Amino acid sequence: MQQIFNFLIRNKNNILFLLLLGLSLFLTIQSNSFHKSKYISSANFITGGIYNWSNNIQTYFYLEDYNQRLLEENKELRKLLTNIEDTSAVINFEDSTSFNGIYLFRTAKVINNNYSKTDNYITLDRGRNSQISKEHGVITSQGIVGIVDQVSKNYSRVISILNSHSKINAQLKKTNHFGSLIWNGKDPNVVQLIDVPRLAPIKIGDTIVTGGKSLIFPQGIPIGSIEEFKLDQNESYYTIEIRLFNDMTNIGYVYVIENKDKVEIKELEGIDD
Amino acid sequence: MTNSIISNSIRFILLILFQVLLLNNINFLGYINPYLYVLFLILYPFNTPQSLFILVSFFLGLTIDTFEDSGGINAAACVIIAYIRPAILRFSFGVSYDYQTVKLSNTPFGTRLGYIMVIVFIHHLVLFSLEMFDFSHIFLILKKTFFSGIFTILLILISLTLFKPKKR
Repeated sequence: MQQIFNFLIRNKNNILFLLLLGLSLFLTIQSNSFHKSKYISSANFITGGIYNWSNNIQTYFYLEDYNQRLLEENKELRKLLTNIEDTSAVINFEDSTSFNGIYLFRTAKVINNNYSKTDNYITLDRGRNSQISKEHGVITSQGIVGIVDQVSKNYSRVISILNSHSKINAQLKKTNHFGSLIWNGKDPNVVQLIDVPRLAPIKIGDTIVTGGKSLIFPQGIPIGSIEEFKLDQNESYYTIEIRLFNDMTNIGYVYVIENKDKVEIKELEGIDD
Repeated sequence: MTNSIISNSIRFILLILFQVLLLNNINFLGYINPYLYVLFLILYPFNTPQSLFILVSFFLGLTIDTFEDSGGINAAACVIIAYIRPAILRFSFGVSYDYQTVKLSNTPFGTRLGYIMVIVFIHHLVLFSLEMFDFSHIFLILKKTFFSGIFTILLILISLTLFKPKKR
């Protein structure tokens, strides 16, 4: 017994080192697997609070930019609105509630944004108290941003599309050929769309939008335009480089999307399991 | 003794805040960020028990990780530096370290620079290897280590000059 204690005391530095190194490697590996890093995230009380405080100061410097974006968006929405009024004579909804749609939109402010690492996260200033929960989609008026993965009381953390673990269903705007949106970690303005079948008619400059296959984003939210494409090694699928419409390095306010029917659809699909 | 505890605690907090609020947003040329908080590991008193130093370094890294959402990569890099620092000190300052007489501000510039460079490059190499977690990106890891390392070393030298202890 004495010898064991002596051994422990003599090697306390080595043991402490191995223990803490093991712990930090464990946290690293855990954060590399999707949806697992629960405790060490910036959506907690202290870190979220500090980011919120510093963001309150920064926001003033961008007010003009945000106003400009809101104006642009209003213009687009007005354009859409006039189109709807034109067609309203033809399509008549008897029950007004049936037209409400299955998506709920909430606004939030980005208080911390990363884009220089290979796995980037964004922190928002809304959390569980504002009915935001896991797997809600996050967009801006120009395009998609990411998916919520951690929620605390007043803050939430978003897996940015600039994250090597992010995988989002996307499709061509013209046809319905779809693939998965990933990021190779290099340029924060360019993402990759993989697994698009070779049959798809692809031209440089075509628009890519979100696909209807995921329960997170509504179909047809713009993502970016095709910059470059090539066939993969066995020449059956395209890998497409997409330039984002959204400037991921400069996000101010975002919309968080909730799919109200998600639970119902998941239940239905999970009947066999 | 208490004086040194207080000044190290203040340095701990200030360096973390400076790192997460300002330096992490620099992103020079898209990916180059200085990691000035390594300065804490460089300046931490040389003659304190090593186990305490390892523990403090772990919490320093973990706090940075919590802000950056990066798992435990900074913590791992800091713990490794804390563990091998006596060896680095002996390597850089030679015999005078063994007699516990080294003061960083009194050493010649060349050896001081060597000491800082070894610590910063080892720290960055571990940090970026764990961040990529993929040795097929070895070239990218080395590139990031090199450029961020130079940036960090420059900032460390500047802050050492700015906050030089008063001569008595």
